[in-house]
Amino acid sequence: MSEEREPPPLPGAAQTVFPEPQDAEDLFVSAASAMESPEAACLSAEDISPSSNGPRDDDPDDLFAEATEEVSLDSPERQPILSDGPSPAITPVTPVMISPRVDVFDRSPDQDEDEEENRDTFDIQISVSDPEKVGDGMNAYMVYKVTTKTSLSIFSRDEVCVKRRFSDFLGLYSKLASKYMHMGYIVPPAPEKSIVGMTKVKVGKEDLSSVEFVEKRRSALERYLLRTVKHPALLKDPDVLQFLESSELPRAVSTQALSGAGILRMVNKAADAVNKMTIKMNESDAWFEEKQQQFENLDVQLRKLHASVESLVCHRKELSVNTASFAKSAAMLGNSEDHTALSRALSQLAEVEEKIDQLHQDQSYADFYLISELLGDYVRLITAVKGVFDQRMKAWAKWQDAQVMLQRKREAEAKLQYANKPDKLQQATDEIREWEGKVQQGERDFEQISKNIRREVGRFEKDRVKDFRVVIIKYLESLVHTQQQLIKYWEAFLPEAKAIA
Amino acid sequence: MTSISEDSDKEKVRSVSVDLNNDASLVIDIPDALCERDKVKFTIHIKTTLSSFQKSEFSVPRQHEDFIWLHDTIVETEEYAGLIIPPAPPKPDFEGPREKMHKLGEGESSMTKEEYAKMKQELEAEYLAVFKKTVQVHEVFLQRLSSHPMFRKDRNFQIFLEYDQDLTVRRKNAKEMFGGFFKNMVKSADEVLISGVKEVDEFFEQEKIFLLDYSSKIKDATAKAEKMTRSHKNVADDYNHISGAMNSIAADNNTAFKKTISVCVLQKLEDRVASDQELKLTELLRYYTRDIQAAKDLLYRRARALADYENSNKTLDKARLKGKDIAQAEENQKQCLRKFDKLSESGKKELTSFKARRVVAFRKNLIEMTELEIKHAKNSMSLLQGSIEILNSN
Repeated sequence: MSEEREPPPLPGAAQTVFPEPQDAEDLFVSAASAMESPEAACLSAEDISPSSNGPRDDDPDDLFAEATEEVSLDSPERQPILSDGPSPAITPVTPVMISPRVDVFDRSPDQDEDEEENRDTFDIQISVSDPEKVGDGMNAYMVYKVTTKTSLSIFSRDEVCVKRRFSDFLGLYSKLASKYMHMGYIVPPAPEKSIVGMTKVKVGKEDLSSVEFVEKRRSALERYLLRTVKHPALLKDPDVLQFLESSELPRAVSTQALSGAGILRMVNKAADAVNKMTIKMNESDAWFEEKQQQFENLDVQLRKLHASVESLVCHRKELSVNTASFAKSAAMLGNSEDHTALSRALSQLAEVEEKIDQLHQDQSYADFYLISELLGDYVRLITAVKGVFDQRMKAWAKWQDAQVMLQRKREAEAKLQYANKPDKLQQATDEIREWEGKVQQGERDFEQISKNIRREVGRFEKDRVKDFRVVIIKYLESLVHTQQQLIKYWEAFLPEAKAIA
Repeated sequence: MTSISEDSDKEKVRSVSVDLNNDASLVIDIPDALCERDKVKFTIHIKTTLSSFQKSEFSVPRQHEDFIWLHDTIVETEEYAGLIIPPAPPKPDFEGPREKMHKLGEGESSMTKEEYAKMKQELEAEYLAVFKKTVQVHEVFLQRLSSHPMFRKDRNFQIFLEYDQDLTVRRKNAKEMFGGFFKNMVKSADEVLISGVKEVDEFFEQEKIFLLDYSSKIKDATAKAEKMTRSHKNVADDYNHISGAMNSIAADNNTAFKKTISVCVLQKLEDRVASDQELKLTELLRYYTRDIQAAKDLLYRRARALADYENSNKTLDKARLKGKDIAQAEENQKQCLRKFDKLSESGKKELTSFKARRVVAFRKNLIEMTELEIKHAKNSMSLLQGSIEILNSN
C-alpha cells in the first residue's frame, strides 16, 4: 500500500489530528511543533524506512541537540493531538507511525489524596526514540535513544540522553526482578522478545512489517520505562538510575535465552511451577484469597478481550483494503458510464471511498496502539502480580519450613539431653538458637511481604483504573474524529449525488 | 437528447425500488412472507381496476420457483424479443444466518447467558435483513412487469397473479428445463456472434460497446462492494465480542462499566451502517448487474435476428439463382426483415429508457446511502461524545 502514496511534504506538513502519519523517517511522533525537519533528520543513514525524503542532517551532535528539544512529552502542543482540531487533508503515510503513548502517562497532578510523597514531586519524562540499526547480518541489533528529562534531585542532570539496545532493557528488568520481586513489589515486565520480528530486521528487510515491528517495540520499551519509574521504590534504584544516565552499560549477556543465566532461569521457572502445585498454604487472610481470585478472573477476561481487539485490528485493516479496491472499481465504473453526471458522481464516490479507506487504516492503528497494546501490557502485568502472590506463598513456605526445622532441632536436643552427650548438646542448643532466629526472620519476612503486597496491589489498582480510563477516552476521541471525517466526506459528496440529472 | 429527458419523466416509475406502483390500474406488493424450512412463501397482494382480472383486490401465495417459471416463460415468448426482460429474482439465500444458527447451537454450552442472548439477537437481525432483501427483490420483479405496457398484459403474468392453486403443475418439467439449458448454450455462441456481426446502426454500435464494457465493470464493482460490506460486518461482530468481554470486566469495576456502554453502542451503529450500505449500494449494483445482462440479452436477440436476416438474403439470392422457391425465400426474407426492424425499433426504445431508469435509480440510491451515512456518523459522534463526557467527569 505504501507504494501508492506520495511521500508527504515536510516541514509544516499537513498535520492530522489523529494519528499523525508523518513522513517515513519520523518514526516517533513529534508534537504539533513546526520543527519537523530536524525530527526527520534524527534517523541515521541506516534507517530502515522504505522511502526516505526530506532534509537529512548527518551531524550526530546536532541530532541529539535538536531532538531533545522536541521530544518533550508535556509540551502544550501535544495535548490537542487527539481532540478535534481543524485537520487539513489527511497526510498519506508511508510507514505508519502513531504513538499515542503521550498522554497515557500523563504527568499532570494527580487528584488522589493518599499518594506517597514522591508523587507530589513526581516530575520525570522519558522517551524512547530513533531506532538505529547497528551492524549487519545476524549480529545486527537495534539501538534506541533514551531521553530522560526530570527535575528530581536523584538524577545528576535534568536532561540526559543515552543509547540502549533491547537486551539492556531485558537486563534491567532481570536485575530489578531479582531484587524486588521476592519482597512483594510488582516489577513491570519488559517487552517480550521476538525472534521472527528481529530476524526480519536483522536481515535488512525494509518492508512495512519490519518497520511496524520496530515502532511497536519502541513504543513498548517506552511504556516499560515509564511504568518502571512510576514505581516509587524502583525510581530510586541505582540500577534504574544507571540505566537512564550512564553512557556505557555493561552488556547484559545473561538475558540471552541460551546463556547460562538463561538456562538457570528456565530451570527455576519449572521448579517454581512445581512448588506452586505442592504448597498448600493456610490462608489466614481473606483479603489475599479474594484478591488472588480477582486477579485470576481478570487475567482470563483481559486475555479474551485482547484476542477480540486483535481480531478487530485485523478486520479493520481488511476493511480498509476492501474499501480501497472498491474505490478503484467504482472509478472504473464511472469511466465506463456514459451518462456524464452519473459518471462524475461515480468518480466522486470512488474518491470518497478512497479517503475512507485511509480513515479505516488510521483507525486500525488507533485500535492497535491504544487498546491492543495496552491490553497486552496489562496481561503481562497481571502475570507479574500473580508472581508476587506466589512469592508470598514461597515466603510462607520458608517460614513454615523453618518452624518444622526448629521443632526437629528441639526434639533432637531433648533426645540428646536424655542420652547425656554434653558436647553434642551444645551444638544442638546453638542450632536451636539459629533456627529460632530463622523462624523469627521467616515470620517477619512473611509479614513484610504481605504488607508490601497490600500496598502494591492498592497502587496497581489505582493505576489500572486511571490507565484504562485515559486510554479509553483517547480511543473514543479517535473514533469521534473518524466520524467527523466521515461526515465531512459524505456531506461533500451529497450535492454531487443530487446533481445527477 | 430531449427524447431521453421526456422518456425519463415517464420512466421515473421504473426506478429500482419505489414508485413502480404509480399506475393505480395494477398495484402489486408483497406485504408478507413466510419461511418454512427451505422454502419461502411470498404473499402477493394485488389491487387492480383492470377488467381482465376477476376480482379487484386479492392475495395469492407464491414460491420462488413460481417467479422463475414466470420469468422463463416470458423470456421464451417470441413477442417480447425486442424488450428488456426484467431479470429474475435470485434465490433466497439464508446460508449466512443458517450457519450462524448452527454455530450458536454448538457453542451454547460454552457461552454465558448474555453472550448467547446477544448472539441470538444478532442472528435474528441478520435473518431479518436477508428476508427484507429477498422480499424486495421479488417485489421489484413483479412491479416492473406490472408497470410495463406490454408485460402487464401477458397471459402468464395474469395466471401467476390469479391462479388460486399451486402453480407447480404449470412449472417447468424436465423437457422444458433441458430446453432452457440448451438455450443458455446457444447464448454463449451468440456472444461471439454479436461481436462478429457488422453493425449498420450507429446507435446500436455504441450501445454494444458500452454494454459490453459496463457489464464487466459493474460485475467487478458488485463483487468489491460485497467484500467491503462483509468486512464491515466483521468489524461490527468484533465490537460485539469486545463489548461482551468488557461486560464481564465491568462486573468488577465501575469505570469499566461506562466503557461498555459506548462500545456496545458502537457495535450497533457499525452494524447498521453495514446493512444500510449493503441495501443501498450493493443491492443497487447487484440489481443492475442483472439488468445489464438483460439488456445484453436484447442485443443478442437482435443480433441473431440480423444474422437470420442476412441468411435469408443469401437464401433468396441462391433461390433466384436456381430459379426455384423464390416466393418462399422472398416471404422468408420479408419476415426476417420485419422481425429485425421490429426488434431494432423496440430495442432502441427499451435501451434508451433503460439508461434513464438506471440513472434515476443510481441517483436515488446514492443520495439515500449518503444521507444515511451522514445520519449514522452524526449519531455515533454524539453518543461517543456523551460517553467521553461521562468518563471525563468521573
